[in-house]
Amino acid sequence: MRTLHLKVLRDAVHAKGQLTAILVLVACGVSVFVMLRSMHGYLRGGQERYYREYAFGDVFAHVTRAPLSLEPRVAAVEGVAAVYPRLVEDVLLDVPGLAEPATGRLVSLPDAGEPPLNRLALREGGLPSSGRRDQVVLSVAFARANGLRVGDRLGAILNGRLESLTVVGTALSPEFIYEISGYGQIFPDNRRFGALWMSRSAMETAFEMEGAFDDLVVDLSPGASEAGVIAALDRLLDPYGNAGAYGRDLHVSHEFLEGEIDETTITASFFPAVFLVVTAFLLHSTLLRIVRMEREQIGLMKAFGITPPALALHYLQLALIPVVLGSLVGAGLGLWMAEAMAVVYAQFFQFPEVGFTPDPGVVGVGLGIAMLTGVTGALGAAMSVTRLHPAVAMAPPAPPVFREGPLERTRLWRALSAEGRIIVRNLSRTRLKSLSTVAGIGLSLGILGALFSMFDAIDTIARVQFDGVQREDVAVYFHQTRSGNAEDALARMPGVLAVEPFRTVAVRFSHGPREERSVILGLDVDTKLRRMVDARSVVHRPTPDGVVLGALLARKLDAEPGDRVRMEVVEGRRRVHDVRVAGVIDELMGGGGYMEKAALHRMLGEGPTASGAWLRIDEAADAAVYEALKHSPSVAGIQVRELTIRGFRETIEQSFAIALGSTLVLGMALVMAIVYNQTRISLSERGRELASLRVLGFDRREVARMLLGEQAILVAAALPLGVLLGWFLTWLVIQRFESDLFSMPVVVTASTYVRAIAVVVVSAVLSGLLVRRRLDRLDLIAVLKTRE
Amino acid sequence: MQAPLEFRPPAVPARPVFRARALTKVYVMGEVEVRALEPTDLDLWAEEMVVVLGPSGSGKSTLLNILGGLDVPTSGHVVFHDHDLSAADEAELTRFRREHVGFVFQFFNLLPSLTAAENVRLVTEIAERPMDPLEALGLVGLSERVDHFPAQLSGGEQQRVAIARAIAKRPDVLLCDEPTGSLDYETGKIVLDVLERVNRETGTLTVIVTHNAAIGALGDRILRLRDGRIVREERNAVRASPADIEW
Ligand SMILES: Nc1ncnc2c1ncn2[C@@H]1O[C@H](COP(=O)(O)OP(=O)(O)O)[C@@H](O)[C@H]1O
Ligand SMILES: [Mg+2]
Repeated sequence: MRTLHLKVLRDAVHAKGQLTAILVLVACGVSVFVMLRSMHGYLRGGQERYYREYAFGDVFAHVTRAPLSLEPRVAAVEGVAAVYPRLVEDVLLDVPGLAEPATGRLVSLPDAGEPPLNRLALREGGLPSSGRRDQVVLSVAFARANGLRVGDRLGAILNGRLESLTVVGTALSPEFIYEISGYGQIFPDNRRFGALWMSRSAMETAFEMEGAFDDLVVDLSPGASEAGVIAALDRLLDPYGNAGAYGRDLHVSHEFLEGEIDETTITASFFPAVFLVVTAFLLHSTLLRIVRMEREQIGLMKAFGITPPALALHYLQLALIPVVLGSLVGAGLGLWMAEAMAVVYAQFFQFPEVGFTPDPGVVGVGLGIAMLTGVTGALGAAMSVTRLHPAVAMAPPAPPVFREGPLERTRLWRALSAEGRIIVRNLSRTRLKSLSTVAGIGLSLGILGALFSMFDAIDTIARVQFDGVQREDVAVYFHQTRSGNAEDALARMPGVLAVEPFRTVAVRFSHGPREERSVILGLDVDTKLRRMVDARSVVHRPTPDGVVLGALLARKLDAEPGDRVRMEVVEGRRRVHDVRVAGVIDELMGGGGYMEKAALHRMLGEGPTASGAWLRIDEAADAAVYEALKHSPSVAGIQVRELTIRGFRETIEQSFAIALGSTLVLGMALVMAIVYNQTRISLSERGRELASLRVLGFDRREVARMLLGEQAILVAAALPLGVLLGWFLTWLVIQRFESDLFSMPVVVTASTYVRAIAVVVVSAVLSGLLVRRRLDRLDLIAVLKTRE
Repeated sequence: MQAPLEFRPPAVPARPVFRARALTKVYVMGEVEVRALEPTDLDLWAEEMVVVLGPSGSGKSTLLNILGGLDVPTSGHVVFHDHDLSAADEAELTRFRREHVGFVFQFFNLLPSLTAAENVRLVTEIAERPMDPLEALGLVGLSERVDHFPAQLSGGEQQRVAIARAIAKRPDVLLCDEPTGSLDYETGKIVLDVLERVNRETGTLTVIVTHNAAIGALGDRILRLRDGRIVREERNAVRASPADIEW
């Protein structure tokens, strides 16, 4: 038995090229699995610990102004474990070194002690002193992005007056894991938006909110009904300008983190599955070939009395060598990458604790799945050993039988050269193997194409959004809706060329049993700075008679054009309207509803009112405009289109760079491993034939063409399949990506697939060249002395 | 005025097809040196049938492979017409094999994925002035089985396809290494008969390498090899017919 073990090792060394290819695939599959699963555990664990230790709330609400005396009534609601009424105000900030105004979300801190919910993780400095309206704690990301340290100062407009604030500390908070303003932002822009904390008494005086609150964080008791508490809260808060209570699922920071965690689970199953299926296939064909080559030895060993199960085990061991080594390498690599990713994620999500501890469970499952794949792939070939009769095994195998196929009666066939016939006959003799190869390469192309298509989708979003929809230079958001001619003040600012005021109003739609919180945007019919553009770049117009719904919202409400929906206005007198769905617009970003502005005013029973305005400015005078805006008490936040575009691109590039790099590596590894192994198997099966051709006077190139031509045809056949699979995968991924913030179009462009195909072809050619080196070293004389 | 018949110049050119001088081949396997060919001189003439006889391991295949451009000598020269094969590189040897040499081997070396006719066509497609593949198969008596794959042919039939493939390009030399080595007695004789006929009808210089002394009677000349040396050269005044020899 010991000698058999030695033979396993020798055989492994002999087939090292092919086993290495399998090892690489296993390592890829296991490392992706271990990394993403670990990341999943890390994010989930980090999130839970963060939420628990810093008491992240369960239900949230924002009102215009409510008396603190309401607190006990909220606390008495069944299912409420804790209530924390507080003040949250958006203020414009004048940050040193930043031309345009930034927006700060100012959150109150109790004058004594820690907040009971949504606590701070203080990183540097201390908390603001009670009553000091010049002291703030900054969010770590905002401070870091702007180079602000403890002791530095920045300007803020507090209730209309520009005041100077001193940074006394920096902190993290579970409610700002994903720090985003909500003013048309999709990605965090840590330079221009951040959270600040100030003592409650200071904020009370600054915003004239003594004895009142405008923001509520609620903690649920275990087993409480979230929906019940939300309904009860809405009833209590509605008289105070309630924007609608909501649970964690609508909390923007939480929602984003959840999306990220979800994504790791999908990718963690998809990629390893592809790799392991291909591994099983390659193991099967490689081991089958080894068994065929060793049939004489097998017969001999059987004749010696080695039992069939022992022999099967022997070949199983051979197959499991690359699987075991590959999964160990993969596990190590996966953990190493997970550790590196943990640092990146911890920074991105601002987790207070960065420590990453490997999860033995994840590694165990990864190794287990790999072993299972290995056994599955190798079992068939290993079992075939037991069925081989010693006498038969020692006789040379019957020559491969070729038959005329239906193809051979066609005229095309007669024109085919002998070389061409060799290729076609070999392909059709090993039909199943050929089909599996085509499927494997097609899948690789599909994965690459789908990933590249994401960029096309994002480009389309950017083009539609920034060329079609957002045509303003600067969007200005007011603290409160302003009646009268608020835009006049903006128009008078030096450098402002055009102003278009807009009206947004928070509403609750319901249609049948469906209910959705959303926003209606009132637009002028002839609006130029902000338009309604669908995924196909068609421009729509708001109508005076009814509401146009974004496709996502329409889907959620199950509403179609012509339907009537109930619309409750979540402000002022909270009137309920019954409106007709005038149309549905398939837009990429947004997802609210649209009405003609005048009609919206009429419906709300108000005169000209604005929630904000879009500006076109003179580029040369932008500094003057920003300076003027910084001193505008009515402005809560601004969004500069140019910067949004840049931020969008940077975020996409950063977050996709890793995905792009790793998918490129994984896709190439797949194609290379498949082509290399299949070509090596062909070479081993047909080495004698190819050497004979060389003897007959065919040169190296011609012989290589006969061997590699086969793979070239398979790769070519895989291309159309790959494009189809790519389209399907893109569609699948996009289904998962769709969020409340944006939906992605399925874009399939020729240039994208040309690039994906180029990657596949280059990988295949590289493998072909590796095998060709062996082909060139073929021993011509040795094959003449033996028979197969 | 016509010269009298007696003064006709010799029909056979004075220069041999192959001319080998001081040919040696040493295989180095790690620390062991195998001297497969000791210094050997050899001339092979057009239209001849030469049988190289010798026991296993005497260097017959080595000699044949060097003549056929499959191997290069360790020292000495082989000249084919006026090409020095010992100085040729790999690409030149490949071209030499392609244009001038027909090989027949003990194990046939047919392509299993091609029919008999296609195996011949494979070579005629790359030759300069080949025969029609069917004509070549007719010469070896296989006109009936042209569409059969190797797996559907007997050993003797496969070897005849190999001969047809070798002669179809009208080679300058037909090199046969143990052509009957894996055939039974009767089939072996049929194959020898084909070789004898091909040599007679096409006038192709034919070299048959074998350990079977009985086959020597078929040649115009017999070269006896032992331990890498030509130990004796004999001439047959009359070539025997394959039907008459026995072993
Ligand atoms: N490639 C090789 N490497 C090492 N030794 C070889 C090789 N080919 C042949 N030999 C040795 O050279 C000698 C002559 O071999 P060969 O020409 O094949 O003899 P024959 O064809 O007469 O049986 C033998 O001793 C054989 O073992
Ligand atoms: Mg020999």
